[in-house]
Amino acid sequence: MTASITTRRAPAAPAARVLRQRAVQAVGVVFLVSTACFAIVQSLPGDIAYRIAAGRYGYDQVTAASADTVRAELGLDRPAWQQLLDWLGDLISLDLGNSLVTGADVAGELGLYFSSSLQLAAAALVLALAVGATGGALAAARPGGALDRITTFWVSGARALPPFLLGLVLILVFSVHLGVLPAAGHGEASNFVLPAATLAVGLSGLFARVTRDAVAQIRQSEYVRFAATKGLGGRLVFLRHVLRNTGVTLIAYVGVQMLILIEGVIVVESLFAWPGLGHALVHAIFWRDIPMIQATAVALALLVVVLNTVVDLGSLAIDPRPRRREVVL
Amino acid sequence: MAPFATGRTGVETGMPAQGGPPALPLVPAVRRRLVPGTAVQGVAAALLAVVVLFALIGPLAWPDHAVQNLSRFLEAPSLAEPLGRDHLGRSVVARLAHATQLSLMMAIACVATALLAGTAGGLIAAWRGGWIETALNGLSEAFMALPALLVILIFSALANGDLWTLYAGLALSQWVEYFRMVRARSALVLAGPAVEAAGLLRLGPVHVMRRHLWPDLRPLLTTMATFGIGSSILALSTLGFVGIGVRPPTPELGLMITEAFPYYHEAPWMSLAPVLVLTTILIGLLSLRSKEARQ
Repeated sequence: MTASITTRRAPAAPAARVLRQRAVQAVGVVFLVSTACFAIVQSLPGDIAYRIAAGRYGYDQVTAASADTVRAELGLDRPAWQQLLDWLGDLISLDLGNSLVTGADVAGELGLYFSSSLQLAAAALVLALAVGATGGALAAARPGGALDRITTFWVSGARALPPFLLGLVLILVFSVHLGVLPAAGHGEASNFVLPAATLAVGLSGLFARVTRDAVAQIRQSEYVRFAATKGLGGRLVFLRHVLRNTGVTLIAYVGVQMLILIEGVIVVESLFAWPGLGHALVHAIFWRDIPMIQATAVALALLVVVLNTVVDLGSLAIDPRPRRREVVL
Repeated sequence: MAPFATGRTGVETGMPAQGGPPALPLVPAVRRRLVPGTAVQGVAAALLAVVVLFALIGPLAWPDHAVQNLSRFLEAPSLAEPLGRDHLGRSVVARLAHATQLSLMMAIACVATALLAGTAGGLIAAWRGGWIETALNGLSEAFMALPALLVILIFSALANGDLWTLYAGLALSQWVEYFRMVRARSALVLAGPAVEAAGLLRLGPVHVMRRHLWPDLRPLLTTMATFGIGSSILALSTLGFVGIGVRPPTPELGLMITEAFPYYHEAPWMSLAPVLVLTTILIGLLSLRSKEARQ
């Protein structure tokens, strides 16, 4: 059994396999999101040919004849699946179109949204990892101790308090009553604090829990006991053996939490008026700005896939042991 | 629903009634849920029962959630109006009751749909294999990478943002976890010696389903459904909060929180009431499954 598995997986490098799987996933995600956006266009009330004719020739020139011209020229009377193929073709050629609200090129605006979303997600993730992993490692030092109980309480609290409520509470406390941090805004370091903290509170509790369990388990493993037996100090054992093995578990878990992070980004951006993908998506949906909906939704979905790929490659790097199945969520 | 009832009370023991294959010890993880018993779960169940009762009886007791009386805006709570009136002079308790009912019903409908679709898909994939499994698996891979909120948001842009689009989006964002779990578990069970023996005895798919698959899947499915209801309610209120989702004047928990926020200083009861209901539901559902939640 084991022999056959090792021979089968020997030729394909694990990293290449991860990349291939994730690439397939990315294509699937883009296809689903783009098809859904096409369905939105089809479901909109009214005849789109009249809309386009009005946009081209002005509202006083809209007649049945001009609408027919538009329809014939753009092929709007073709069956839906042919139009869908065209639609997907536009996306593949990276023609994202213009916003229906501002008229600006969607691809141009997407860059700004993408970078600010990425900054927010990265800040939250780093904060959550730093707080969560430290808290979890300290809690594992004394299972059942005060810190351990605080972590447990924190995890359940964070799960029961939805991000938008938590954000509201933070705004009320720090912006309205204490007045120390801005509730909205972008561009300064202080603007990062509240949104990133809102995201990080929920995630860090989960990270603390996983770290605590992993460290407690690893501390009882044979190799840690052997390391102690051969005379290594507590600090060296922690740095060399416990830390790296905890990292394996933790990084895999970060991948699982990526969906929660991105969902949180959408909510928190709307709450704090953060000019990112989630904020743009919510506004685009409000205005039925379909090119913008498609661009932001595809970007968010791809962000999940890309971050997961990074996580996969990272866990391969620190844990090169052959395994039967990659962590593909 | 009968299997649920027997399972909960701990009557079900997992023993074959008569003459079944003697392979029972090999069936993995026929978990017996004995008396749930712990105090936390009792309190959680009681809290949830209160909320459900409120959702059932409340709309009957306070039927008019949309009636405005602008001369009584932001009225403080009184005996007749336990939660006062909002900024448009509408009864907060009536709105809250209707909102709770809407959230619970939507959540239950979405979870039921997702559970049925996901379980059916998972069973078909595990049982039949072949191109059906490949196709469903590929679809689920893509859905696994889509944040649920993103799916729901895109769906809410469909048609005119009617209630059914929210329902479809919520169900669609959730089926995949049931599918993945059912496919993985039932593939294990179906490949096991117990099912092989059942096949040799020509006991048929209904027997395998009832005797081997269902006992194995049920505890996991109930746990997932409990969490699923919580996350559906959360997603619904999040959508309401960001202003997409259920349209005003239909009361919805998240929408009520947004509406009440500007008046939290003058009328704190108005903001606290929906928050309290929301957190009670979430904490109740989590504590009901506190053992599983810890994992």
